[in-house]
Amino acid sequence: MSEPRLVEVRRNVLKQNDVIARSLREQFRAAGVFVVSLVSSPGSGKTTFLEKTLTQLQPRYRVAALVGDLATENDAVRLARSKAPVKQITTGTLCHLEAAMVQNALQDWDLHQLDFLFIENVGNLVCPSSYDLGENLRLVLMSVTEGEDKPLKYPTIFNSADVAIVTKNELASAVEFDWETARTSIQAVRPGMQIFRLSAKTGEGMEEYLNFLSQQLVEQRAVAQVLSPSVRQVQ
Amino acid sequence: MHELSIAMSIVDAAVEEAQRRGVQVSAVHLRLGALAGVVKDALLFCYEVACQGTPLEGSRLIVEDVPVIVFCAPCQKERVLQSVQLFQCPECGTPTMDVRHGKELEVYALEVQEDAVQESEVRE
Repeated sequence: MSEPRLVEVRRNVLKQNDVIARSLREQFRAAGVFVVSLVSSPGSGKTTFLEKTLTQLQPRYRVAALVGDLATENDAVRLARSKAPVKQITTGTLCHLEAAMVQNALQDWDLHQLDFLFIENVGNLVCPSSYDLGENLRLVLMSVTEGEDKPLKYPTIFNSADVAIVTKNELASAVEFDWETARTSIQAVRPGMQIFRLSAKTGEGMEEYLNFLSQQLVEQRAVAQVLSPSVRQVQ
Repeated sequence: MHELSIAMSIVDAAVEEAQRRGVQVSAVHLRLGALAGVVKDALLFCYEVACQGTPLEGSRLIVEDVPVIVFCAPCQKERVLQSVQLFQCPECGTPTMDVRHGKELEVYALEVQEDAVQESEVRE
């Protein structure tokens, strides 16, 4: 007789990605590179923001970037103006980056030669939230032109990120951006989230954010130095 | 839309587990957290497509929604969030990011046809 029976299996569907992400994170730590990923909707100013970040960090730090896009290498060309090593990851039809793509892209780069590595995800506020890339810090960007309630519309991605960057602040008054509402929305979906409000175009607010990144690098290296490798793994 | 690739990963995982146990699967039970970043309806739609040409063709996907459960420090209790738009204790209103459940994306059980099971292969 055919009787249905339940067999417990308990398998994490994204286990493969998580395993690679963990291994990447360990590689980054061993090499002493601080890895920052960027997520946002298309057109929020990720590439301009990243170009300025690379340019302004370069006098003091060794920086590089990976850029994910469905098609074209335009972003890599724009970012290359910063003179930092940049590599495009073209995902084809895939709407997000996965840990294996980052791993492949990094194969011929020596991570020990870097202080900061930036990973620009595909412009998308939904899919990238499911995939750990091994990054140390995930930035979520929203521009003042997108509406103050963006975090409430995409709570999962804001919740998965560590820091929020409000971009295109030079347009804030033109679009009557309500800062307090935006701040409240972000804090509702991600209590305690640090927020930087800036303009990559005019440079306003960039210094505070760059100082924050420098501080993160110092802290990461201090932790890596203090802890033995066996203890670091459980961190 | 990354539900198709998620659906394909579910099918891969289920096929592998089924083959290891030598069973025929009629349904896959999935635990899906509200913070997993996966849209249930899109996933159900993609599942059928992902099953085509695999041993799981014709099987069903049964999704159990897992709400976000946070730990509230002042209450010293786990609480179910009423909305993913408001990360605070529904009782005392304290904001919290101590998420205990809600990120699950897990194949937790397979519904199998009993007569297809070889006794020697049942290890549970």
